[in-house]
Amino acid sequence: MSKPTVMINRYSWYELLGIYAGILVFLTFVLAPFVEGFLVSLKPLSQLFSSPYRFFPENGSFEAYRTMWVSVPGFARYIFNSFFISSVVTIIVLILVVPAAYSFARFEFRGAGVLLGAFLAVKMFSGAVLLIPLFRLMRSLGVLNTYLAMIVPGVAFIIPTGIWLLLAYMKRIPRELDEAAHVDGAGYFYTLRRVIIPIAMPGIIVVAISSFIEAYAQQFIYALTFNSKSEYAPLPVGLFAYFGRQEVIWNELMAASFVGIAPAVVAIFFLQRYLVSGLTAGAVKQ
Amino acid sequence: MRGSRSAVIFAWILLAPAVLYVMAIVAYPLVDTFILSFTDASLKKTTNWVGWANYSKIFNATFAEVIIRTFVWTFFSVSIKMLIGTFGATMLNAAVPGRALFRVLTMPPWIVPMAIGIFMWGWMYNGQFGMISGMMQRLGMVDSPIAFLAQGSTAFWATIITDVWIGVPMVTLYLLAAMQAIPQDLYEAAWTDGARRFYRFRRITLPLLVPSMITMSMLSLISTFNSFDIIWILTRGGPSGETTTMIIDTYRTAIGSNKYGEGAARAVLICIFLSIFCVCYFRVTSRLSAGDK
Repeated sequence: MSKPTVMINRYSWYELLGIYAGILVFLTFVLAPFVEGFLVSLKPLSQLFSSPYRFFPENGSFEAYRTMWVSVPGFARYIFNSFFISSVVTIIVLILVVPAAYSFARFEFRGAGVLLGAFLAVKMFSGAVLLIPLFRLMRSLGVLNTYLAMIVPGVAFIIPTGIWLLLAYMKRIPRELDEAAHVDGAGYFYTLRRVIIPIAMPGIIVVAISSFIEAYAQQFIYALTFNSKSEYAPLPVGLFAYFGRQEVIWNELMAASFVGIAPAVVAIFFLQRYLVSGLTAGAVKQ
Repeated sequence: MRGSRSAVIFAWILLAPAVLYVMAIVAYPLVDTFILSFTDASLKKTTNWVGWANYSKIFNATFAEVIIRTFVWTFFSVSIKMLIGTFGATMLNAAVPGRALFRVLTMPPWIVPMAIGIFMWGWMYNGQFGMISGMMQRLGMVDSPIAFLAQGSTAFWATIITDVWIGVPMVTLYLLAAMQAIPQDLYEAAWTDGARRFYRFRRITLPLLVPSMITMSMLSLISTFNSFDIIWILTRGGPSGETTTMIIDTYRTAIGSNKYGEGAARAVLICIFLSIFCVCYFRVTSRLSAGDK
């Protein structure tokens, strides 16, 4: 680190104060719902439905984390479904994206630029826009009310991100490496399998993680529309089981939400370095 | 390896699975939507060609209101996301102890299943027992509880704020990455010349950030225009239609009332708007990258 860099990053006390105050305001906005949600999960229902409002729980307990499994016996199944759907989506995305990214990164052919743009445009149609024909398509394929109805559309809208992320990564691999393999007489497939994939492994892992998280976070609309069987429902739809006839069981709903997001939160803490670079790669220098 | 015939064939073999998949799941339904929009398709067995009937049926005062509302909703949501995102990125870009942790703490709204964050907001907006109304009463800002989601004007802003909350982490981390890509020697040169921190921010960081801000707001525009989960879970487009955006209206018509044809006509309109945004996006980004050279 050169000398100016050290000097330039030295803050006076009022600058530090301002920055920390700014960060505090910002993070309060970002995290307030989680804090409130957690406190709600500790409060007994009677306390939740009473005025005036109290922020901190009185005699708070983790009771809701026990009763939530009793009120909605299928809850473990919903978590499993979410994991299962996201895992299959991730595997299919990788199978499709790795060769496609390699093709864009290493070969020059007419239409490559347009095709890359078209892949990006695909993302616009994710969600509800194509719901009607997708519903008819799923029905004619006979996969309504199965896992496939949630997996098949999910994959299509995660492919573009995967291609762009991996393409940016593969472009950084020196061409000399695969050209050397070619000189030695290796075929394209051999080069892909033995040279490119091993070197691109960190990039592939980033794509896998971001695909999994995207699939885990965005299962709502397909699950809502294409599946009505509760045994296949993923977490976001399964949580509606806590919406009773009369009243929402808010403390258990929040407890169940925290149990449901625990895996994602653990993943963030272990993988945050890859996540930030992965999710924002290709964004800055494209 | 480039350009030779066998290389081109191999390139297409590698691409084929991904291209075919996207054609089947995105391109085919897109064409299907277009065709459906000229029919009276529904749950009935028979489907008739109705020409422009679906389109002429939706062009009425109510639908014009829905379109305008969608644009207003999107405009405010994207603008506020960009403002808060730029603020957050600037704060997190400062080299202060703990910033690695602060960056991680920015992510949860983005990473957790959307529905969960929305439930939490739903409870906070609750009029009788929710946190926001409760806090406002305690601080003496209002006398009686406000049911945010039960009145049109507040429900409109409540859904926007939740959408902002979900979108802010991505904007923040994206702009943060852009800030960190700015060469450090620019700052050092300015520092040597005696430029103060705020001056450096205004004259170096902000101008160099503009291309990324434009790119991000275009991307954000597209996803916000399509935003479904938030409004659907919080208000289902109510009360009395005051949070009904185009996508919600399409869903209600097509899936709620099983009028596939009429729903498809609405979806086609959405696709037209999205295509316009998309063309703008590519125009702008290609101009920006041309400007780099």
